[in-house]
Parts: sequence; C-alpha cells; structure tokens
Amino acid sequence: MLTFLALAAVAFLGTVPQQSQSIVIYTGWERHALVGSDVRLSCSFFSWRWTSDDVTFSWTFRPDGSRDSISIFHYTGGAAYLDNKGPFRDRVEFVGNPARRDGSIVLKNLDFNDNGTFTCDAKNPPDIVGRPSSVRLLVFENVPIQAGVITGAIIGVVLGLLVLIVVIYYLMRFLVARRVFNLSVSKHGKKKKEGSQQRQGPAASAEPAKASSDKKKQESRKDKK
Amino acid sequence: MLLLLLGIVFLHVAALVLLFVSTITSVWTTGNIGTSDLWLNCTSAVGGPRCDPASAGEWIQAVQAVMILSIIFSCISLILFFCQLFTLQKGGRFFLTGIFQILAGLFVMCGGIIYTVMSPNWVPETESFGYSYILAWVAFPLALISGVIYVILRKRE
Repeated sequence: MLTFLALAAVAFLGTVPQQSQSIVIYTGWERHALVGSDVRLSCSFFSWRWTSDDVTFSWTFRPDGSRDSISIFHYTGGAAYLDNKGPFRDRVEFVGNPARRDGSIVLKNLDFNDNGTFTCDAKNPPDIVGRPSSVRLLVFENVPIQAGVITGAIIGVVLGLLVLIVVIYYLMRFLVARRVFNLSVSKHGKKKKEGSQQRQGPAASAEPAKASSDKKKQESRKDKK
Repeated sequence: MLLLLLGIVFLHVAALVLLFVSTITSVWTTGNIGTSDLWLNCTSAVGGPRCDPASAGEWIQAVQAVMILSIIFSCISLILFFCQLFTLQKGGRFFLTGIFQILAGLFVMCGGIIYTVMSPNWVPETESFGYSYILAWVAFPLALISGVIYVILRKRE
C-alpha cells in the first residue's frame, strides 16, 4: 500500500505541468544609499530543479530617464565577468554564491548617475523560463527620514505611557486592597482567639451604636435632597 | 440641569469637530502655489490639482503626531464623561474627563506652536496660513475651557 502511494506521488510530481517549472527570481523593491557609499544588490531564485553547474546570473542597468539597458555583470561557466568598459568599471564586485543560488553584487562608491533600475536575470538549465526581477536604486545626499516614522513613534510613546499609568494605578489599587484584606483577616482571627465571652458584651453595645449612626446618616441624606 | 449638560457636551463636541477638520484637511498653508501641510502638498497644475505627499521633515511629523494625539485624547475624554456621568457619586468632580480634555488642548497648542515656529523653514514667504491652521488655534481655547469646566463642575442630581 505504502509503496503504491509512493509510486503514485513520484508519478504525479513527474507530470507536474510546465508552468510551475518556471524559475522565480527575487530581488528587493528598492535600495536607498548615500553618495559615496557601497550598496549590495541581492538576487536569488527558486527553481524546482537542482542547481546545475551551468547556472548563470546577469545584471543589467537602466539609468533613470533612459530607455537603454547595458549589461554590467555576467556569471557563467563558474566564472564571474565584471563590467570593464561601462559606467561601473572597477566598481562592481561579485559577492554571491551560485551553489547557494545567490547572485548578489556590490556596487562601490556610488554617484548620482547610478540612480536607476537594476535587473537580475538568472537561469538554471534546463529551467530557463522565468521573468527577470528589478530593483530600483536611489542615491541620496543624506538619508531622509521616512514619512510617518516620527509620527508613529511619538503617538506610540504617549499612548504607551498612558496605558502604563493606567495599569500601574490598577495594580497599586489591587495590591493595597489585598494588603488591607489580609490585615483585616488577621485582626479578625486574633479577636476570635482572645475570647468569645468578651465578644458578647462589646457586641451588644456596638450594635445599638451602629443602628443609631445608620439612622443619623439616613436623616442627613434626606435633608440634602 | 439638562440644559447645562447639553451645553457642556455641545462645547466638547464642537472642539472635537474643529480638531478633526483641522487635522484632516491639508490646508495649513495656502497661497499662489497651492495648499500644503499637514499631509499633502497640492498644486493647481494644467490638468487639475495635483497632490504629492507632504515633505517628510521631522517637524511636520511632530505636528501630525501631536494633532492625532489631541484627537485621541479628546475622544477618550468624551467617552469618560459619559461613563462618569452615570457612575460618579453625587458631588463628585469630573476630574479624569477634565484632565484628558485639558491635555488635548495642550497638545493642540504644542502643534500650533511647532508649526508657527518651524514652518518658515520650508514654506516660501509668499504663502500664508490656511484655514486648518486657524481652526487648530480656535480649537485650543475651546478644548481648554471645556476641560476647566469639567474640573470645576460638580455632579448634581
């Protein structure tokens, strides 16, 4: 029974339709960097096949406002080929690990002309059908604070303080009430031990006093109304 | 008694509505270029008004946060008022309600002050303050008076 199921599963996987065998490439959406700094553009892929020895990565660059792309990096046959004529001459470094499906590159000493879209295309023969993925590079003079970070921080801190104050208040009330309860319980226990004879005397005198004070309270309430 | 209650609630709700309008409409600055702050910069271009997100500077974000906090505190104060109306002992004061409303008023004041002092950094000289800014400054004394009334008021039957 089990062997039959295993054979059926293998047969099913073997007949998986062609669409699901396309390669899926992942890069980031956007990268922000300061002028003069380095940035790492990561690229990895998902493929149903094992990573072959002929895996290739290639990066192309399209400047902002231009329609042409130029190729700046290519990895094939186990060797990486870097840009030696274009705008990224001597500024590209391969830091990826093709065996681990990582085709990341590092761009050094960024300039404002490097603003643009970088496209990574990876192929894992025989799995070659897939869409290249793009990441946009934005080079800033100084890194701006994202909209809403400070807003959220201020609101969060103030509301957090409010919640903290409420929690502490109720905690204090609970603790104080518990302490008072423990004290009154211990007092009550001591009085019981001291003597049951004495209780009747003071109890008898306490009750009429209590009744009269209650009556007084009711009268004062009526007056106020 | 009922009249007093209605009047107080009306004052509170008026301050709250002013706060909402002042925070939501992005017209803290107006002029020839267009309107801007707190959330959008809108300019009247050829095809129609075009809006971009407001500049993400630290001070605008601080004003945004403070205005939102004032709305939150004023809403909490309104809810607390109705809670305390039914649960407070006779002769008690609406302390908590008043404190929250006064805090809301102080937050609006902070927002108005920050905007007044720091906006010349990013607003050109030709622009003037818009109606949202004015409403914020009107909401501040209303909220403060409302809060003080709550603190002074004693619950009567």
